[in-house]
Amino acid sequence: MTPTNTPTLKDAVRYGLLSGLIEINLSAIGFILLLHQRELVAGAFTMGHLFLFTAPIGFAYLLAKKTAAHSRSRVLGYGAIIGALTALPLIILVFLATAFDIRQFLLNISPDLITLLTFGQSVVTGSLILLAINVVLGMLSAALYLLPPQWRKMAVSGLAWVAISGTFSEILLGRLRSFFGRGLTDLIFTGKSLNPGFAVFILVAGALYSYFSQRRHARKEAEGDRSDATVLSLPIETINKIILGVVLLLLPVLLGSYLTEVTNNVGLYVLMGLGLNIVVGFAGLLDLGYVAFFAIGAYVMGILTSEGALGLGMGFTFWTALPFSVLAATLAGILLGMPVLRMRGDYLAIVTLGFGEIIRILALSDMLKPFIGGAQGVLQIPKPSFFGIDLIQPGQLYYIILACVLLAWFISARLRDSRLGRQWMAMREDEDVAEAMGINLVSTKLLAFATGAAFSGLAGAIFASKLTSIFPHSFNLLVSINVLSLIIVGGIGSLPGVVVGSLILVGLPELLREFAEHRLLMYGALLIFMMLARPEGFWPSEVTKRELHAFEEQHQPGTSSD
Amino acid sequence: MPMLEVENIHAYYGNIQALRGISLTVEEGEIVTLIGANGAGKTTTLRAISRLVPLREGTIKYRGDDLAQFKPHELVYHGIAMVPEGRGIFAKLTVAENLDMGAYSRTDTEGIQEDLERIFGLFPRLKERRNQVAGTLSGGEQQMLATARALMARPQLLLMDEPSMGLAPILVESIFQTIQDINAEGTTILLVEQNATMALQVAHRGYVLQTGEIVLADSAAKLQQNEMVQKAYLGIE
Ligand SMILES: Nc1ncnc2c1ncn2[C@@H]1O[C@H](COP(=O)(O)OP(=O)(O)O)[C@@H](O)[C@H]1O
Ligand SMILES: [Mg+2]
Repeated sequence: MTPTNTPTLKDAVRYGLLSGLIEINLSAIGFILLLHQRELVAGAFTMGHLFLFTAPIGFAYLLAKKTAAHSRSRVLGYGAIIGALTALPLIILVFLATAFDIRQFLLNISPDLITLLTFGQSVVTGSLILLAINVVLGMLSAALYLLPPQWRKMAVSGLAWVAISGTFSEILLGRLRSFFGRGLTDLIFTGKSLNPGFAVFILVAGALYSYFSQRRHARKEAEGDRSDATVLSLPIETINKIILGVVLLLLPVLLGSYLTEVTNNVGLYVLMGLGLNIVVGFAGLLDLGYVAFFAIGAYVMGILTSEGALGLGMGFTFWTALPFSVLAATLAGILLGMPVLRMRGDYLAIVTLGFGEIIRILALSDMLKPFIGGAQGVLQIPKPSFFGIDLIQPGQLYYIILACVLLAWFISARLRDSRLGRQWMAMREDEDVAEAMGINLVSTKLLAFATGAAFSGLAGAIFASKLTSIFPHSFNLLVSINVLSLIIVGGIGSLPGVVVGSLILVGLPELLREFAEHRLLMYGALLIFMMLARPEGFWPSEVTKRELHAFEEQHQPGTSSD
Repeated sequence: MPMLEVENIHAYYGNIQALRGISLTVEEGEIVTLIGANGAGKTTTLRAISRLVPLREGTIKYRGDDLAQFKPHELVYHGIAMVPEGRGIFAKLTVAENLDMGAYSRTDTEGIQEDLERIFGLFPRLKERRNQVAGTLSGGEQQMLATARALMARPQLLLMDEPSMGLAPILVESIFQTIQDINAEGTTILLVEQNATMALQVAHRGYVLQTGEIVLADSAAKLQQNEMVQKAYLGIE
């Protein structure tokens, strides 16, 4: 890479204005005030504050990263400028809101928001406090970059731990109380949030954790070249796997029924994500109509097992209907695959998008209403039963979903490393060349569509049985987009990435209701952030990781190519 | 019987005719070059042989068999491999993985291993860099890799599309040297080139292609002497 240009005052001003713009927007849409209701540290710090100061902290840090090599005073100065420029538009907003009635235009600029922005003080004092806090935070954030990396990591880790445990304090409180009783939770929490003392404890614990994990890493690195290092690390991996297995088995007990229900929803998306990951991640075929197979799986399960008017009444149970759901979805996958064999990229995306809509509209249509119920959907679908026990609790369904996810994971991993996996990889990189290598594109593509559709149909079948009723509107385009987004966020082609992506895009919004209203805003922000800061995803696949790493090395000065 | 016999082929992109009745032959053991300016139809000819472009008219025979009966991916199993224009390596895979893909059509593990050693002998640079991600190789190394990957299929007929494109002169020399080496080991080569000077030096015979038609066909030595070729392609006034 060419040496980064030294950031100038102009860059600092630009970052500051951008940061101010973001914050004033978040305030004006009512987001900040909404989040203000969730306290992170009792009496001190809310999630509203967190988001109010995210932009200046983030931008100051970013600019410091680019400036750090050049001059200390400049790093701090730029941080201060960014902080001040973030505060400025907010202060103007405060003055405007007190002087005029601007709620006519901006409904969400409420007195409560003004109180939040001025920390309950008078307009002038409050504005000065806001300015001071922003400037100080901007400088502190920039100063982080002046610390030695080890200290910086410790600080960031500690703060992140506080933010995360504060965010989930209500859930933590509930779970801890049900296991350990009030004695413990009264120590940790005030009301529903962390008490300040414990927050400091977490801060220190997070920093120490980072310190020790860094030391362990350093030690590993030092031993890295010795051949016995791998032999030693093997048992640790096995132990980790055993711990993971035990945790997965006990999860419903640990989480309680509400969180298990959330986990089940995440699990269904993981299942779909693993399927679409084969199509998009492994084979490189952009499919935007993926929800169609989910719908087909669900409807086949519904029709076969429903005890209502639409049910076939042929004595199908969840288990006997399941293979038919998967089979139907698989066939649909092949059927869709055939006409689009010659299509690539954008064309493929548009056609599959249309396919998804066709299935949904068919489900809604009057033509098929006598069979699949039109808008009224299919009702009275029985829950699965297992040796005579009806699996009604989320904690019981959990095990079915877990088993399916593990199966899908296993199949994905085996396929990825198989001859077929190599065919997919070659086809994704270059169809013509793959063909010249002797790869039959027709069967390679159809197998990708079929496998992906099978996983989705499986998820759909479980979904129908879990909800006991299905409606066409559950199968809209947004499902396809969600699944695709979670793959991108997690890391295209990566199996753990699918889980991480599902937790972030499906799990988090359920836990943070405040976000639900602004869900798409968060999606958009997250995707933009990902593309800029971590295009490879949160948990990238080996190939992606290696590729990015290799190109970084390549672009280092001194190793240029001809 | 010639190894490859292209007879009067016509090919179109939509309504645009790219090939207007091309005929050429390649005998076993030869290097035959197809030279022509940009847009003359050289790539299209190779794509037609590879069955990636449909023919409106004409036939292509390989060892007497009509290629129309084969699908594109089946050609490699019959001994035809291609080094595509612009190299077409798998940029995200390592050098070793690219070579491994080249041997996709084969199942003889021992033979593959032998060929790998032989090919590393031809391209020592690739051996050094076998674990490097292919996209980070230099242009010349990428061309070597594309050629090596095609050789991994142990082809009898190798189709090469402008291997010298975008390479520094010194690398061009070494690529053409390698082409001769490959031929000396028994592989027949159909070489498409804009760099007529070099192509005619290594080839036995040559064809000159102009706007989709063959305008000249002769031994490489004679073509080098031809006034029109000298003017238009060799830069000799
Ligand atoms: N995909 C395509 N679609 C339309 N026209 C094409 C396409 N590829 C090549 N052509 C046209 O066909 C002619 C021959 O092209 P090509 O075989 O690539 O030439 P060469 O390889 O000799 O440079 C050119 O006029 C080119 O513009
Ligand atoms: Mg060409």
